[in-house]
Amino acid sequence: MANEHIIEVEEVRTAFGTSRVHDGISFSVRRGEIVGVLGGSGSGKSVLLREIILLHRPDTGSIRLFGREVTRLEGTGANQLRRRFGVVFQSGALFSGLTVAENIAVPLREHLGLDRALARTVAFLKIALVGLPLDAADKYPGQLSGGMTRRAALARALALDPECLFLDEPSAGLDPVSAEGFDSLILQLRESLGLTVLLVTHDLDSIWRICDRAAFIGHGRVLGFDTPEALSRSPEPLVRDYFGGVRGRALREIRE
Amino acid sequence: MAQAPILESAECGDGLPCLRLTGAWTTPHLASLDSALAHLRWPASRQVVIDASALERLDTGGAWVLHRLLTAADHRQVEVQLQGLSLERQALLELVRRQGIGAAVPGPPRPPGGLEQLGRLAIEQVGEGISLLAFLGQVWLAFLGNLARPSRIRWRSLLAVLDGAGLDAVPIVALLSFLVGVVIAYQGGVQLRMYGANIYVVDLVALSMVRELAPLMTAIIVAGRTGSAFTAEIGTMQITQEVDALRSLGLPPLDLLVLPKIFGLILALPLLTILADVAGIAGGIVMSAAMLGVGVSDYQDRIPQAVSLASYLIGLGKAPVFAAIIALVGCFQGFRVSNSADSVGRQTTVSVVQAIFLVIVSNAAFSVLFSALGI
Repeated sequence: MANEHIIEVEEVRTAFGTSRVHDGISFSVRRGEIVGVLGGSGSGKSVLLREIILLHRPDTGSIRLFGREVTRLEGTGANQLRRRFGVVFQSGALFSGLTVAENIAVPLREHLGLDRALARTVAFLKIALVGLPLDAADKYPGQLSGGMTRRAALARALALDPECLFLDEPSAGLDPVSAEGFDSLILQLRESLGLTVLLVTHDLDSIWRICDRAAFIGHGRVLGFDTPEALSRSPEPLVRDYFGGVRGRALREIRE
Repeated sequence: MAQAPILESAECGDGLPCLRLTGAWTTPHLASLDSALAHLRWPASRQVVIDASALERLDTGGAWVLHRLLTAADHRQVEVQLQGLSLERQALLELVRRQGIGAAVPGPPRPPGGLEQLGRLAIEQVGEGISLLAFLGQVWLAFLGNLARPSRIRWRSLLAVLDGAGLDAVPIVALLSFLVGVVIAYQGGVQLRMYGANIYVVDLVALSMVRELAPLMTAIIVAGRTGSAFTAEIGTMQITQEVDALRSLGLPPLDLLVLPKIFGLILALPLLTILADVAGIAGGIVMSAAMLGVGVSDYQDRIPQAVSLASYLIGLGKAPVFAAIIALVGCFQGFRVSNSADSVGRQTTVSVVQAIFLVIVSNAAFSVLFSALGI
């Protein structure tokens, strides 16, 4: 049970026109793990995430979520699978015409058929769980700060109590304090809800702080898949540059 | 698939009344859990055992219902012994309890009453009118600035507007005006034929098209086509902070975005109106030739008497005014877009409605003015 693989990516290849984004990517994530996907800009991290969450189809290769092949999945099967994971998009992607509570209530009402009052109450529970003040419930996304938007998006992603959570650049555009707060929230939720988390990120702080393992993507392949410590000692030049920059070195020294 | 959740009274063996939780206490089952809690028959005892040992699954949704069950027991002053909850599940329950969300939360803020809404609407409308006037003033000042320094005029943008709002609109304006001409000739022809006044169909078609219908139809088409595009373009730039970027580069958005649109449209709309005049009369000719035997040569003879130069110029002269209204409202509403996607849609709708409204109102004002002047 503990070694059960939630996400398995095998030999995924993707090309846009003539440019090859993925040239045989393989890695897997065990239940309860927090795994980061890193790589330079344009290395195809976000495309890979979109492929795992059924928003984009790879050209060849196989992706299994909860043991089910998703690359050929459509219709009801795909929708049932979608209820088992939550996604926090980069800029939150909250529906701007709805308040925070209504945003969270959308999946509750649509998928579980809860009545308005019950959905609202459960939305309040999620709002409290992600550490937002309750008076944010009736605010519109336009009235929230960056950090609050991210938390509200997380609350919506957690609405159906998913087993697995996908985060796209969760700390991008946040100040260090908010980013750290968000990271510790993810850790805390993993502890108490047993979530499996896959995050795509640029943020070295986040990687050191919360990732159990990280996959480094470059040249369309996985150049390294290990704990952040081990990855930072990788002989691979791209990975070394990434971790070996001034910021990366400073972080590692602090750790040691 | 996990079992549906059950909350039932049972015998636990040690003499105390017992509530047993079984199945999956998870968020997908929230609705049935909620109603099970509402319909729960409490045992008539001061002490109750809650037995969770047969619980298959528990997540935040289930933990929350359990929290409400414990709170309800508290209210009834029933002493609860919670049995069979694993350490992890206890931690989850504790996490949910800490949030302090009970069965009821404050409702959404009530929408204001009818009278208050009416008042707010009135204030909003007056405010919007004032802002529109202020915008007109700013545009005017920017225009004067451009006149003083013609090098600041953005010819390229102006030509782009002429192309997009003028040239690209030619087919639709021609087709619709042609059809309006057909309809007027047909409807008027039916009546005129009864009096043997077939030839007057020329007066009817030519005068109504040239003086009223061509400018108005063209303005309405352009408001729907181009006014909305102006709002959406500026509104999206507003959201992506492109407008702010222009300002901070020292490039006034009014010079770059608004003036070319207004003057481009002021040039394009009269040209489209002339096209609509021609197409409308052509439609009239086709219909009246087929139905009344009034053909091209009759129109050639009759139009100079039927349509005075003044009527023609009045029709044509309205077009630049309509153009200014459409472009001004379109740009103004674009700048009113606030930071959300649905705001673009809302302001675009408002822009089209307001532009058409103002065009028709000003058309009526022209009619009153001209009849007072006796033209």
